[in-house]
Amino acid sequence: MNLAFSEEALALSKALMKRYPEGKHKSALIPILHIAQAEFNGWLSSDAMDYVASVIGIKPIEVYEVASFYSMFNMQPVGKCSLEVCHTGPCAINGAESLISYLENKLNIKLGQTTADGMFTLKAVECLGSCGSAPMLQCGVNYYENLTNEKADDLINKLTAENRLQSYTDIK
Amino acid sequence: MSGKILLEHIDVPGINTFDTYRKMGGYRSVEKALKTMSPEDVVEEVKKSGMRGRGGAGFPTGMKWSFLAKPVGVPRYLVCNADESEPGTFKDRYLMEKIPHGLIEGMITSSYALGANTSYIYIRGEYFYILRILEKAIAEAYANGFLGKNILGSGYDLDLYVHPGAGAYICGEETALLESLEGKRGNPRVKPPFPAIAGLYACPTVVNNVETIAAIAPIVNMGGDEYAKIGIGRSTGTKLISASGHINNPGIYEIELGLPVEEFIYSDKYCGGIKNNKKLKAVVAGGSSVPILPANLILKTANNEERLMSYESLSDGGFVSGTMLGSGGFIVYDEDSCIVRNTWNFARFYHHESCGQCSPCREGTGWMEKVLHRIEYGHGKLSDIDLLVEVSKKIEGNTICPLGDAAAWPVASAIRHFREEFEWHIKEATLSQSRNFGLLAAHPALVK
Repeated sequence: MNLAFSEEALALSKALMKRYPEGKHKSALIPILHIAQAEFNGWLSSDAMDYVASVIGIKPIEVYEVASFYSMFNMQPVGKCSLEVCHTGPCAINGAESLISYLENKLNIKLGQTTADGMFTLKAVECLGSCGSAPMLQCGVNYYENLTNEKADDLINKLTAENRLQSYTDIK
Repeated sequence: MSGKILLEHIDVPGINTFDTYRKMGGYRSVEKALKTMSPEDVVEEVKKSGMRGRGGAGFPTGMKWSFLAKPVGVPRYLVCNADESEPGTFKDRYLMEKIPHGLIEGMITSSYALGANTSYIYIRGEYFYILRILEKAIAEAYANGFLGKNILGSGYDLDLYVHPGAGAYICGEETALLESLEGKRGNPRVKPPFPAIAGLYACPTVVNNVETIAAIAPIVNMGGDEYAKIGIGRSTGTKLISASGHINNPGIYEIELGLPVEEFIYSDKYCGGIKNNKKLKAVVAGGSSVPILPANLILKTANNEERLMSYESLSDGGFVSGTMLGSGGFIVYDEDSCIVRNTWNFARFYHHESCGQCSPCREGTGWMEKVLHRIEYGHGKLSDIDLLVEVSKKIEGNTICPLGDAAAWPVASAIRHFREEFEWHIKEATLSQSRNFGLLAAHPALVK
């Protein structure tokens, strides 16, 4: 296991652990797992989770059981940009289904797949709290709302040009 | 009064910054409480206000606060539930993004009332950009002496932190939220003990929704009695409504409780009527969990009385002909909407979000999703309708937390009010029709 956080991420993790009472620093697990995903290519390998366990000083199993519970933690490799289209109720009746079809055709992948160049992963996710601005998707820390095919094209172009991991925490 | 309390200054440029918020009268409730009131006085005002929790359950906040145990030498915690995930609900996001100091002021005043010296805001992980907004606002509050040691020279200390979740609807349930905040899976706890006795780190804890906590500042400023004059009956105050679906003006509206539903849907001040001049078919009035009502029952009660946006009026008729105010997630469906498809969509949501602890919920939500899927895709049997009702009854009331009920109600109510649409799907729809969402829903027999 040769994985390790950058100095900045390690300092941030240590600071987060101090936000909780003496002996309760396991509370920082979820915030630190977000950092780990940002540090380690957008997903949590066994090595990444073992490393997080060592940072916090808990058993690896305590990390695995939490990481596997929450939908924002990827247990498999993903593209640099995860396009997460909300497909719950209000979004479903206001264009989410056609947006998903459009993105599938445009990127030439199906839901859950990653483009061959490793740039985009397409996902359908449950309600993101953007019901009044459907259809929408989340990519990294950003919400993209009231989407049309044209806006989706622009977004794909923008993300392709940026060519970097879009992480939720955006700590860098 | 403009009728707005929480959003009174929403249009003031720079209201997201400390200086502007302060200039507009912000943080007055902290000064008033810390300098002139005891913690018990603050609790008393909140009790008098009659405000009911804005997260969905509608339990009176003052009463919830009064249950908090106060053993000597044991820390107490206030935890803000900012895990807003109920489909159709996006008000807390709006409030935190636009007026972050409103929540922080409420957290300080409430923490003082409850005797908490460390408080947390648990925010859903997807709202990470709002976590950054809140952290910036918290830093401003520290810099101006409203957080930290000896706030305003009162001797009262408070530290406030924001904590992200990571995608789990169940963490909106308060004990699942506390588990998650402790760095565990979001499995709801068996109650009792309630969090007021043993909550975060087994210490006495109050968990309140964002909108509830933000309303504490105006309640303390104007006094509980004044607040109680706003609204109607036991539905006191104002409520943020998240309006979505087939309407002209989706968005967040702060309404005085008691506003007629018809005015809310059709007035240009609010939803502005149904998009594309279509007819109204149905409404889910309080987030995806509450029973769906057809147009006639959302506009008028079964007794032909005007239906109002209040806890009592929306629940008039029980689940036979009524629904709930819930979180205020108001989803509007036009005449072309397919109720079967919508019900399947919600069933899929609850199946995905079930934590898996209780068999009736873990298995039952999966069954409901599968059966609804086969009806929607042209493979249903007539007996499936009663099967769905039976499964929903087996889940309801038989689980540790209310997610089971929340999954059962949308299915049971859709069948109660739109049974003929389910029958039509099973008897008439071909597979190709079923796949064509718009065509199927527009079947003339189904438009009321």
